[in-house]
Amino acid sequence: MPDLASELTSGGTVLIRTFFVGIVLGLAAAAGALYAIPVVDQAREVSITKVAPNGGNVEVFRIDIPTDRVMVGPAGQAKPVPPGLQWPNIEELSGVRTEMFKVRNARGLVIGVAIRNAATKEGQNVIDWVLHFPARGSVFVNMDAAPHEGGYRIGGFRAGSREFATLSGSMTERWVANTSEEEGAPAGHIELQATYVGELKPLDLAEESVE
Amino acid sequence: MKYVVALVLGLIIGAAILAVGVVYNPFTVDRVLSPLSVTEAQVIVLKFSRVPAESLVYTNNGDSVPSPYPEKVLQLWEAPIRKTSAMATVMRDARNQPAGIGIKISSLSESTHLLRGEAIVDSIWYVYAPQHGSMFIQQTENYLPFVREVAFPAWKSAANSWRGTWMGNMTSGPGALGIAAVSGGSGRVKGLDLDGVETLSVRAFSADAGFVAAEGQLLIELPDPSDDEEDVLVR
Repeated sequence: MPDLASELTSGGTVLIRTFFVGIVLGLAAAAGALYAIPVVDQAREVSITKVAPNGGNVEVFRIDIPTDRVMVGPAGQAKPVPPGLQWPNIEELSGVRTEMFKVRNARGLVIGVAIRNAATKEGQNVIDWVLHFPARGSVFVNMDAAPHEGGYRIGGFRAGSREFATLSGSMTERWVANTSEEEGAPAGHIELQATYVGELKPLDLAEESVE
Repeated sequence: MKYVVALVLGLIIGAAILAVGVVYNPFTVDRVLSPLSVTEAQVIVLKFSRVPAESLVYTNNGDSVPSPYPEKVLQLWEAPIRKTSAMATVMRDARNQPAGIGIKISSLSESTHLLRGEAIVDSIWYVYAPQHGSMFIQQTENYLPFVREVAFPAWKSAANSWRGTWMGNMTSGPGALGIAAVSGGSGRVKGLDLDGVETLSVRAFSADAGFVAAEGQLLIELPDPSDDEEDVLVR
């Protein structure tokens, strides 16, 4: 039986070693790249917030109607959104209007997706908003069913994720009709104004006095 | 020259070994059993189809798999929402009867860390079920076990498809033991902070078209009424 090892020339040995060094380097380079380069990098728009006079930060969002409508829920619409939507005519969804929109920041750039659900069941009115911003997190708002003077509704933050997890606050919704006479302009927009208040943390007085 | 070729070949094979190692990482543990499947508390069960054509609306950037449904739905093509998909569907109860509506919005997560066996998706659910009320569910989902056992074999197969039975617990956080955070907004769950889990059952998957036969399930644990009584007794 031939001894293959002894038949390898020194050049052949170096070639095989180079190959194995390449494998190790390939493993290390791929692992390093996976560690250092983010697999997912969400595009971000700068948050446009203002300081509220009574504390907290205010951020305004808008939803252009009808251009930002992804879905409008009730059955029996003459022009369903999206076209071809088969909304089920079931008892559980009677009196329920569920809508999905794209959400824009104050500069009019799309930054997220929103859900609005309005339901009237057994004398109870529910109006909920969920705003989802892929790079920031999500917030869930329960609105008061009755509109306030001036035609706006207000609601409190019920829960949030990531950036919004530690924030409390409120949000208002109001319809702003378009007054410009530009051709192709939206009929108007829904304005959402969120007021964020940071989580209250009690001061550690003992620690303060030591300092 | 031959040494350069050997080195480049080695580099490519090394990177390929790592790619296979990431997919078939033996150190990652798949959570098949839901933590809520062993609870003694009352659980809300909400089932839904994961097949886009069986939902009311499914949309994404228009280039990804699966394709949006219905065809003319507004697509999420703008840069900040390009890695996001949204689905609206009818939720069914444990007896397969319509229970309400659910909307799921999912975004690829920047916390994805393939070396740790994590292909993370940040997702939220808004569910309105008249019997229970409205609920907001926030969770992170790890899709790597699904990719390893369903999507990758489908991609490798000549027909670009996979058939079989795969069940998995998709929720990986934010709670310990892979629990989603559920916040009640109205109805009987108003004001309650609950635990939830999303599971996925797949019978057929296509690398070109996505889920062909698949069903999801949300399990939401209701608080034990006796807990309140115990609190009163302690006070």
